[in-house]
Amino acid sequence: MNEYSIIGKPTTNVDGVAKVTGEAVYTFDMTLPNMLHGKLLRSPHPHARIVSIDTSEAEKLPGVKAVITGKDTPGGKYGLWRRFRELADQEILATTKVRFIGDPVAAVAATSEDIAEKALDLINVEYEPLPAVFEPLEAIKDDAPLVHDDFENNINATRHIEWGNVDKAFKNADYVREDRFNLLSQHPAPMEVHSSIASYEKGSGRLTVWSSTQSPYFLQLGLADALKMREGNIRVIKPHVGGAFGGKNSTMPDSVNAAILSMKTGRPVKIVFNREEEFSATEKRTAMHLAIKIGLKKDGTLLAKEVKIITDGGAYTGLGATTLYLAGTWITFPYKTPNYRYDGFRTYTNKMWSSSVRGFGAVSAVYAAETQIDRAARDLGIDPIEIRRRNAMTTGYEAPGQYKVESCGILPCIDKMEQRVKEKWANLDKDEGIGFAAFAYMSGGIFNWIDTPYAFSGAMVKVNIDGTVDLFTQASDIGQGHNTVSVMICAEELGIGIEDIRLHPADTATTLTDLGAWGSRETLMNGNAVKAAAAEVKKKLIEVARMKLGENIVYDLDAKDKRIYIALRPERGFSYYDIVKDAIKGNDGEPLIGIGHYTPHRKGMVSPAYAMGIMGVRAKVDRETGQVEVKEVIVVHDCGQTINPLGARGQVEGSIQMGLGFGLCEDLPTENGLILNPSFVDYKLIRIREMPQIELFDVPTYDPEGPYGAKESAEATTAPTAPALANAIYNAVGVEFDSNVLRLEKVLKALKEKEAKEKGKGRR
Amino acid sequence: MKKELKFVVNGESYDLWVEPNTLLVQVLRDELGLKGTKWSCDSGSCCACAVILDGRVVKSCSIFALQANGKEVLTIEGLANGPELHPIQQAFIDNWAFQCGFCTSGQIMAAKALLDENPKPTREEIQLAMDGHLCRCTGYNMISEAIQDAAKRLQA
Repeated sequence: MNEYSIIGKPTTNVDGVAKVTGEAVYTFDMTLPNMLHGKLLRSPHPHARIVSIDTSEAEKLPGVKAVITGKDTPGGKYGLWRRFRELADQEILATTKVRFIGDPVAAVAATSEDIAEKALDLINVEYEPLPAVFEPLEAIKDDAPLVHDDFENNINATRHIEWGNVDKAFKNADYVREDRFNLLSQHPAPMEVHSSIASYEKGSGRLTVWSSTQSPYFLQLGLADALKMREGNIRVIKPHVGGAFGGKNSTMPDSVNAAILSMKTGRPVKIVFNREEEFSATEKRTAMHLAIKIGLKKDGTLLAKEVKIITDGGAYTGLGATTLYLAGTWITFPYKTPNYRYDGFRTYTNKMWSSSVRGFGAVSAVYAAETQIDRAARDLGIDPIEIRRRNAMTTGYEAPGQYKVESCGILPCIDKMEQRVKEKWANLDKDEGIGFAAFAYMSGGIFNWIDTPYAFSGAMVKVNIDGTVDLFTQASDIGQGHNTVSVMICAEELGIGIEDIRLHPADTATTLTDLGAWGSRETLMNGNAVKAAAAEVKKKLIEVARMKLGENIVYDLDAKDKRIYIALRPERGFSYYDIVKDAIKGNDGEPLIGIGHYTPHRKGMVSPAYAMGIMGVRAKVDRETGQVEVKEVIVVHDCGQTINPLGARGQVEGSIQMGLGFGLCEDLPTENGLILNPSFVDYKLIRIREMPQIELFDVPTYDPEGPYGAKESAEATTAPTAPALANAIYNAVGVEFDSNVLRLEKVLKALKEKEAKEKGKGRR
Repeated sequence: MKKELKFVVNGESYDLWVEPNTLLVQVLRDELGLKGTKWSCDSGSCCACAVILDGRVVKSCSIFALQANGKEVLTIEGLANGPELHPIQQAFIDNWAFQCGFCTSGQIMAAKALLDENPKPTREEIQLAMDGHLCRCTGYNMISEAIQDAAKRLQA
């Protein structure tokens, strides 16, 4: 085991002082001189043809500087799935028809938000309403209205995954069961709404955009496609971001309309969504119908799994096609599945589109798989922890043509859980139950639908004469604490302190490309890039130190604790600061710079490394009201070498909070395409009093692909939370569910039904 | 018609003219440039905008600026003593009690009001006082721990 100076040590946030003093600037807070405020006019119809738009009255309103509609845009379509042009299906402003309530049709720039708002009321849009379709199972019917004319039966994307011989395996199984689930949506609901400022430079034709994005590079490409500009002429800067959770990957109407309005007016334009727009017209979790069939041996060994999913895609693609693939992938984890078949369909419907949300593809899929495996265990008389142990993946496990698991700590995680449960949860109160769910998640995805020719992450380290370091990387801290991780890795590699490093993050003009903060990718992918950049500088410093020492190359040198010295003779060496001076002065003043990049190679289709673990939930059900109280959570996870235990714990706690929301109280009910609860009054987040205490255990492994062996810890625990809770509810009161959001009325109804059924049996 | 607003913010006296329907959060952010106070939900239901008004924590999005006339407001910018952080701020840093930071100013101001009134709150008292302060990142437990830690620091 390596002795690290910084890696693995609890380290406070490098942005901490800024964030606790109110000095941290978010796009939402920014103003530029001479700035205008933009607002969007959105469709009140779920599906309608645009007959005409009259903006003349709005243009006359004093203070209004520009009004734009679809005809003022460069035309064409854009989207994140750039490699597959037919899936780039978004328009800047709808030109011929609107496809959901909230589809933007016009935008205004004015001297104040109030005036812009008033101008929206003066725009007259004539619509011809069209028949609309809201449910995926309706959308695929032959007579359903088409959301996009070129997509038959409203099928936006399909995925098929298969290995082994599924049909034969089912025949050989002792026990086969099929379950169907209807998994509901969830909004990322970040505290900072989508916010963008665009400033167009008249002379050069260049554009600068500040935005609350989770991927500056995706936004740069999205804007270039939408505006038909060279991407190098667009500079995206990500200030502090007030949360994203998967909802800020796509290029949304805020940034792109602000850009066009800025071009038209020659002034900076800011567009900020209000909370209602945030809830009703930004990306959300993918709702889906899911059928899952498993075949097991009597001893619980999984032989075959067959999964069919049809997702409610909404009006456009976003990252929804990736969700479709990932749902079909995560539903096999973390178990050895010798025979597997998956068919997934994503449908277009006349609603706000669904995309990626924390636990991308995993949350809904794992809910189904992890409640089902408990049902199978009950039927077969096997303990729920034991059935998971019997099927758990092991190091080197490979799903043919799909993925290979290099480091795999799931078995020791299960052992630890079993031990803790015996110690803590041997005696339960009346109507209390415990439930479990195992999980795995990617450390960044190996996907290139964005069609980038660049490495997946890049970083540059510049060492100054006084030994201070400027670290440049496009990686995005959206609250998860990656800025701290970047700096820790750079400091560890160079053997210097956190305080020696100034980070310059997330500016497409000054930093090397990184694909952004999604799929838990920054620690592994950007971590590797930062480590490589720092290692390049370290190599140069070691060369200088070696020359000074006059030693042969057989003597290894280390850089640690601000010194560079012979590894086996630590007293023989020099101060890091002196070596930096020598390196620069002795080399004609050549800048001391290191550049690093990372792209996964030969790591399959999914991810270079997988975090794993198991979660246990203890919950109590009130039989009178149906109210579920989550008492306590135990998590045992393998996230490789933890870089920052403080940050990793924060990620797990936050993931569980969002997972509990998915399990208990967050959903987005609609009526004819209208979201009925677009505010924090009606959309219920888990609050402080509902949050259980969490006991977290690390079972470290070393992943050969991760920086210092690190894997992800940001999203994995979102997925097991709700199914572990559902299993605990069954354990407590014996009711099970084919859906999430187990509000008291749902639980009470299930309890009443169970009671009635038991009475009926008694009478017979 | 604009009316006069005389009040003290972070120890500084201000004399402004504001429209009667202007919210306190608007004056703080847009007139005084104190952007540390956030505005998130548009419905008075998240408490990201919390500030301390004459010793009590209030949602600055839910009161008119003129209601602060003659009163004293403390915002996140007024909490530190120059370069020296307030013990609550330091405890939030040391306990990783924030992630994105957007709700943090409101959380810290509510924690300040709580600890001024109840210097040794139990976990349940903290949860009661902080209920309604929405946070999407942290899962709250590390906020509760930071407030307990801050209480200890303030006792010392």
